[in-house]
Amino acid sequence: MASFDEKDIVLKVRGLTKHYPIKKGVFGTSESVVHALENVSFDVHRGETFAIVGESGCGKSTCGKCVLRLTEPTSGSVMLDGQEFTQLKGNELTEARKKLKLIFQDPYSSLNPRMTVADIIAEPIDIAKTYKTKEERNRRVDEIMEAVGLDLSYRSRYPHEFSGGQRQRIGIARAIVLEPEIVICDEPVSALDVSVQAKVINLLEELQDRLGLAYIFISHDLSVVKHISDNVMVMYLGHMMEKASKDQLFAKPLHPYTQALLDVVPKIGPGRIQDKRILQGDVPSPANPPKGCCFHTRCPQCMKVCLTQEPQELEAEPGHIVACHLFDKDLAADQKEPVAINSAEAAQL
Amino acid sequence: MSVNDPKKFEEAIDKEVLEDNGVAVPPSSFDGYNSETNPINSESYPEMLDDANPDIDRVPETKRQKAEKLSAEISRQNLDASLKAEAQGKKKKIAQNYWAVSWNIFRKDKLGMVCLVVVCLLVLIALCAPLLAPYDPDTQNLQAMLQPPSAEHWFGTDNYGRDLFSRVIYGCRVSLSVGVVSQLLALAIGFFAGVAAGYFGGKVDSVISFIIQVFSSFPFLLFAIIVMFVMGPGLANLYVALGLLGWTSMARLVRGDVKRLKGSEYIQACIISGGKPLRIIMRHLLPNCVSTIIVMATLGIPGAIMSEASLSFLGLGVQPPMSSWGQMISASQPYIQSSTYFSVIPGIAIIITVMAFNLLGDAMRDALDPKLRS
Repeated sequence: MASFDEKDIVLKVRGLTKHYPIKKGVFGTSESVVHALENVSFDVHRGETFAIVGESGCGKSTCGKCVLRLTEPTSGSVMLDGQEFTQLKGNELTEARKKLKLIFQDPYSSLNPRMTVADIIAEPIDIAKTYKTKEERNRRVDEIMEAVGLDLSYRSRYPHEFSGGQRQRIGIARAIVLEPEIVICDEPVSALDVSVQAKVINLLEELQDRLGLAYIFISHDLSVVKHISDNVMVMYLGHMMEKASKDQLFAKPLHPYTQALLDVVPKIGPGRIQDKRILQGDVPSPANPPKGCCFHTRCPQCMKVCLTQEPQELEAEPGHIVACHLFDKDLAADQKEPVAINSAEAAQL
Repeated sequence: MSVNDPKKFEEAIDKEVLEDNGVAVPPSSFDGYNSETNPINSESYPEMLDDANPDIDRVPETKRQKAEKLSAEISRQNLDASLKAEAQGKKKKIAQNYWAVSWNIFRKDKLGMVCLVVVCLLVLIALCAPLLAPYDPDTQNLQAMLQPPSAEHWFGTDNYGRDLFSRVIYGCRVSLSVGVVSQLLALAIGFFAGVAAGYFGGKVDSVISFIIQVFSSFPFLLFAIIVMFVMGPGLANLYVALGLLGWTSMARLVRGDVKRLKGSEYIQACIISGGKPLRIIMRHLLPNCVSTIIVMATLGIPGAIMSEASLSFLGLGVQPPMSSWGQMISASQPYIQSSTYFSVIPGIAIIITVMAFNLLGDAMRDALDPKLRS
């Protein structure tokens, strides 16, 4: 993996938090909130693929949407090319949005059924008014359609005439037509079957090489992540658990959660998956997250301190950041006392 | 872009999926796409609706191969020319797609087709009333009062000796115009209120929904009577009164549609691209609501015609000597026993019109609503 220096940072996310209020009572006065995203920070470098992994409901997609401001984050900052993206309004926002695009998970609902392929792809150009004449616009559409491997004769067809893989290509074409700096891929291949997945992944990589795109690749599929990403962030219940380069993370996962996650990736070889460390219990409700470390209810290495104190982000190894008390060298011995938590107790907490 | 095997493999899979869905796939779509100078390629496919475009000739295999060889030599300029030609043909293609499918479904509905013919006839009658009416509808002939139907007066005469046939024909103008104009008004108000409520949500939604509730909780006829009473009788005021009454159901439906569509990902994509609300409404929401709107308007027209008849019957609608079906029934009241035809004939006219629009609306809903398509 190429080493990135500070200047190459194209997106800097600091302390991104999103709370969804739960409306209760006659007047909708909010009493409690769902902690969808809690104090998440990461950097994305130019041309890299930054993967966000975690189970369903861990806040991966919310993270992507908050970065894009599809939902406004509760707090935190998103610096896009040194510009505070969360504060932008009006034309500045429209201008900055050219740099940030999204590829959706479901290729069936992400294309307007009443628009032709050419119009769908050209929409970002039409909004940004990049080209003055219609010929230039159409030529650009053709260019992009070729780049993503769509036949030019599909120009005036409608989305329902295409298969999932082709629809996803249309979605990708729409995302890259303005040559953004960052494309957020929200599980772009999980709705496709495996052979098509490989094609779309290859296309994404090819486009990255050619256009120098940075990807934020949101996925729950670790094998895909292992293939495509440069850096990986593991999330659990809205919290950042571990953040490292792909090689470091897959070779030597530090956080117990990451270890458990990697353990259950299906592999061909001896040993049954039942013999592996499988997490007990369910993910706690994000409306009422556990105190201390949010993972302590299921953690096989839970300590006394984990019940009360939220772990800080620690750099356990150079470039390998983990939010876990196991790597906190300043803890007193009695705090490190192991605590056995079974799932029955966890449910009561 | 390099051509490798997995790509072809996926293409093959894509093809299979498309063909499963009844879509004809070009035989050599992948091989052809890299050679961009290939205008034949774009026209030679049998389209997905093969019976819907008789205008596109299917080029025989050998001819196409020759043409492909030729087209490889065609210069960039020729490509541009072909692009232009296709752009001109594009409108046709758009019309073919959604609307052609709908038309194909509609065409098979016999009752719907009959109703469409009836509605077309009614419109023709309304437009050509002066040509069709044998007498002036307002000329009184007191020597020929309350005559039963005869060769001279097909539908008989009314209490002032006016020819009923002519009056029914002229009444058609009033009924249809009331139906259409009031529905257009209802549509305009309802669409924008519905879009505003559904799109902006929050307080706007609460306020508009509350207004809708208030408007729709008035007793229908009473409200119309009040509006007509305040504004005074007359055709123009009738349009307004019925439009004000009809917009709530339209607004409700549009609001629901917009709320459902608003969360869809293509609208999120538009927002990410910096699309303004107006663009989202006109480019994304309106085209996706259009079938709802058409069906609602068609189903609303008979309601408006009925209301016009009721209001005219009560003397608050069209004013004499202008003829309207409701008003004719009203005038026939004293003679209902002696000259039954006088009240029955305009009644039949109302029934035919209302039924035709109702059934047409039903047929259109079946044809336009993608959810009802099997």
